[in-house]
Amino acid sequence: MAIKVKFFASLREQQPEGLSQVEAEGVKTVSDVWERATATTLVPAQVLCAVNLEHREPHEAVSDGDEVAFFPPVTGG
Amino acid sequence: MAIHLHPVPFDPAVELARFEASLPRGSVGATASFVGTMRNHNEGDAVAAMTLEHYPGMTEKQLEAIIQEAREQWDIIDALIVHRTGDILPGNPIVLTAVCSAHRAAAFDACRFLMEALKSRATFWKKETLSSGDTRWVTKNT
Repeated sequence: MAIKVKFFASLREQQPEGLSQVEAEGVKTVSDVWERATATTLVPAQVLCAVNLEHREPHEAVSDGDEVAFFPPVTGG
Repeated sequence: MAIHLHPVPFDPAVELARFEASLPRGSVGATASFVGTMRNHNEGDAVAAMTLEHYPGMTEKQLEAIIQEAREQWDIIDALIVHRTGDILPGNPIVLTAVCSAHRAAAFDACRFLMEALKSRATFWKKETLSSGDTRWVTKNT
């Protein structure tokens, strides 16, 4: 089973090899998804996270079938 | 509640008129609106164009939540958020927020809230093309 992963804006450009999904087995938190998808440890402090379209922190839980997104601070308006 | 994401230029006056026409006639005593427009300069540099990326699905969900919060906080009749996506040129409207209420205080305050909440929470990202041809992501909202 899998967790869907999305990157936006500058993070999408910085992670051209970033995975669009990761295996759910052994993945418990948003931070675990980041490590699997980017092959780097620790979500950088300036990176924001979302799970199923809601803002979440790196330590928060994820489940099989979730959509997890990583992006820089928003700049709309 | 109305939320519109436009991949092409929009006319704030037309959007506002359409919004007001959708409300029960005679119920509205005050309408406050805000229009944000693209500048041709930012952080000391001349800006020729901009691209607005967003997170489809999450953007709409966040904007709906922001309007719902405004409804809970103020006695308003309805609210509108219109936001551009895609390629934008200086002078083009980027965002329109509008609130209708029976009295002006709620309309003013809720309209301000919509804009401030949108700027800090809605999943949009601006990438500027400078007059020099260089491109850069806008890293902080002003």
